[in-house]
Amino acid sequence: MYHRLSLIAQALAVGLAAIGIALAPGYLEIFTLMQVTLFAAMAVLSLSLAFIWGYGGILSFGQTAFFGLGGYTYAIAAINFQDSTYGILLAIFIPGLFAAILGYFVFYGRISDVYLGVITLTVTLILFNVINSTSGDEYHIGTAMLGGFNGIPAVPTFNMPFDPASPLSPEASWWTTGSMLLIVYLGLRLLLASPFGRVVVAVRENEVRASLLGYDPRMIRLITFIIGGAVAGLAGALYVNWGAFVGPTIFSLSLSAEIIIWITIGGLGTLLGPVLGCFLIQYIVASIGSQQTFNSNLVLGAVLIIFVLLLPKGLVPTIRDLALWLLAAKPGTGRSVKAELNAASGNPHPVGAP
Amino acid sequence: MDIYLILLLDVINGMASLFLLSLGLAIIFGMMKIINLAHGEFIMLGAYATVISTNAGVNIWIAMLLIAPLFVGLVGLLIERCLIRFLYGRLVDSMLATWGLSLLIIGIVTTIFGNTIQGVPTPLGGFSIGNYRSSYYTLFLLAMALVMIAIVYGVMRHTRLGLIARATMQNPAMANTLGINPARVYMGTFAAGAAVTGLAGGLLAPVSGITPVMGGAYVAKAFITVVGGGAAMLSGTLSASTLFGSLNQIGAYFTTPVYGEVIVFTAAIILIRLLPQGISGRFLKGNL
Amino acid sequence: MAELTPLLKTEHLTMRFGGVVANDDISFTLQEMELRCLIGPNGAGKSTFFKSLTGQQTPTSGTIAFRGQPIAGKLPHEIARMGIGIKTQVPNVFNGLSVRENIWLAARRKATPNGLPKLVASVLDLIRLTSESERIVATLSHGQRQWVEIGMVLAAEPDLILLDEPAAGMTDEETLRTADIIRDINQSRAIVVVEHDMAFIRLIAKTVTVFHQGRVLIEDTVDKVLADQRVRDVYLGKKVAA
Ligand SMILES: Nc1ncnc2c1ncn2[C@@H]1O[C@H](COP(=O)(O)OP(=O)(O)OP(=O)(O)O)[C@@H](O)[C@H]1O
Ligand SMILES: [Mg+2]
Repeated sequence: MYHRLSLIAQALAVGLAAIGIALAPGYLEIFTLMQVTLFAAMAVLSLSLAFIWGYGGILSFGQTAFFGLGGYTYAIAAINFQDSTYGILLAIFIPGLFAAILGYFVFYGRISDVYLGVITLTVTLILFNVINSTSGDEYHIGTAMLGGFNGIPAVPTFNMPFDPASPLSPEASWWTTGSMLLIVYLGLRLLLASPFGRVVVAVRENEVRASLLGYDPRMIRLITFIIGGAVAGLAGALYVNWGAFVGPTIFSLSLSAEIIIWITIGGLGTLLGPVLGCFLIQYIVASIGSQQTFNSNLVLGAVLIIFVLLLPKGLVPTIRDLALWLLAAKPGTGRSVKAELNAASGNPHPVGAP
Repeated sequence: MDIYLILLLDVINGMASLFLLSLGLAIIFGMMKIINLAHGEFIMLGAYATVISTNAGVNIWIAMLLIAPLFVGLVGLLIERCLIRFLYGRLVDSMLATWGLSLLIIGIVTTIFGNTIQGVPTPLGGFSIGNYRSSYYTLFLLAMALVMIAIVYGVMRHTRLGLIARATMQNPAMANTLGINPARVYMGTFAAGAAVTGLAGGLLAPVSGITPVMGGAYVAKAFITVVGGGAAMLSGTLSASTLFGSLNQIGAYFTTPVYGEVIVFTAAIILIRLLPQGISGRFLKGNL
Repeated sequence: MAELTPLLKTEHLTMRFGGVVANDDISFTLQEMELRCLIGPNGAGKSTFFKSLTGQQTPTSGTIAFRGQPIAGKLPHEIARMGIGIKTQVPNVFNGLSVRENIWLAARRKATPNGLPKLVASVLDLIRLTSESERIVATLSHGQRQWVEIGMVLAAEPDLILLDEPAAGMTDEETLRTADIIRDINQSRAIVVVEHDMAFIRLIAKTVTVFHQGRVLIEDTVDKVLADQRVRDVYLGKKVAA
């Protein structure tokens, strides 16, 4: 009963989100619409880490490596083909491939958690350094100049699939980015509800037990990592489409840190939380940027510390627990309601335990 | 011929700086298993303390050898009491919180001092080898690295304090039953690690650009040095900074400084893959 | 034809941890459908033996053959897929998942899609947790978690089941049930049980192997073993004292 209610509620929410995405251009000014497009692209990036960290238990400090690779791949492909369609596909494929190679090296080499963080962080720094040093004319891929620290300007933005002559309007760009966010969200949701998704969570919960049941934790982690890399790559393409520009700062560590903040605040172990956290933090940073009294680093740092100390679960799980508690407090319902809701909400997993 | 002497000096400089930069992080990681991602900002605070007191008329040597470590040590003490002590045993949370701390410190320093600050000149002057010039300060950094090795070794091996620290590191529960209070040991360790880091920041102040975000450039390098070195704080850090410091300089000499860094980072990844316990975990077991 | 290939055969199996020889030259044979009890004082090397059998560690030397296939040095998931299941000494379950999900994860590797729900339901029934099936395992009592783990081992339908102290922390009634279940599944599978509880051993055992200081001290019928003076010395004496 509660299970069905929860399913209906979720379907309603998705429907509302779809309608919201469709109607937003009619209500928002063009500047706001552009900004929300950016937020949505970043939310896709947030989902990529939310998936591998929150469900796979893989804490990558360098998710921007895949984001940046996706961005650069898109830019280079779009310039060369003059058609964004291949660019988007390659921006998913190349970071996924890179994640496969890096992940094979890491997971099959039995490198433990902290070191995984070090390695992903270091890879990001390498990419930053390498791209940063490609400013000479000799550095080009096809007709695309890499441009070193100046980046690649005037990247072609999205066009209608296989129709380079019709570039997307800002509204259509928003529809694309917004629906990509919705699609990635739903895709990950379905994946997590599938047998594979259950196994991913099982490996995070207890790697030894999973392997004693015949699941290969290395393989499961690798696939999880690849999916995360591919999604981050897609986010990179969406981001470059938004700004028509890509530069080496796309690999920056501060962006890597910011993703972790989005997720910590929104709620690790959920998908909705990281999306909301991303929108919230980006909105705050954007407002701070425009009024200059507070330094955004100061605010972000303080917020992160406060959450780790006082609200380590993040917003969405805290609110959910509160709601469950209120429901359970009603006499006659009790524990079984909570259990059913937990099971139905699809993310009952305490992730706080490192 | 002269060029090789200069290269040698560069390599020594690279090793010594990397060692000084990483030692504080290694002390905190080795003793407390806390990865302090605000490490770069501790360096930055040490540099700021040096620059500001020098510009206010304090003798530069006093500024970098006394004021910087004292100031950052106090900041470390404060941070341990207000933040870190709630996070022992929570590795990921401690990384997140110290990352937040790093942003917070950058934000505070930017708000107070703006985005740039007047640096200090390099003391001690220079000398020439053939057509090349080098500075005595390089040799001073080497001397400081050696002094720090001696101090840490001496304290850990030959004092009661060091014994208590080593006992706590080996087995906190056992140390507790022997009447040692691990909480106080951790507090002291964190402050000491911060002070050492502040000293590194002070020493680097004359030779680096001073900005609120300067720490970012150091934290990753210190991080891989400590992880590459493994659990032994002194021998591990020393061996890893020797390896990475020389690779960096030699790589930079034969290619470009950018690729020097790329070579170091690549070497670090390979090292971690081959020796997950770090250099000291594999070759220098049981050392300090 | 000569004798059938035994289900499990270890030869000269040795496991060292630094100076400690946890398993010393163990040669052990188990036939298909056999039920064997493995006893021995604390630190005798029983759990270490199980860890080598399931790939959680690679033995220092010696061989392990499962139906004639060498498995020493294989990874845990490879061995699990060959048909060895284990309930470890320390409870080893998916704490953040529900009881049903725990059982389901174990069952789905082997069961057909059609048989899966039935298998899960029957295991839940067997471990008497049907009414708790949606609860998160972390919220269960220690004894119930123990049952969840036993349920997982059963649901995976392995050919060889290793149980490391299955009755530890159970009530008398539960211990009796465990013995019943063990005898029941032994109709179709081989089982090795490690236990300290002598009453429990008497309930189920036919052949007993005694480990002492990493070596096989004696291997015989349950009555002979429990009457043996050496066993009394190393084990029962200790047990009474404990
Ligand atoms: N990973 C390890 N490292 C070092 N020593 C170990 C390790 N695992 C087991 N040992 C040692 O090997 C010996 C055998 O341990 P084991 O756990 O196999 O005993 P056991 O027979 O299962 O005992 P119990 O009845 O208490 O469970 C013990 O001395 C133990 O300390
Ligand atoms: Mg045991």
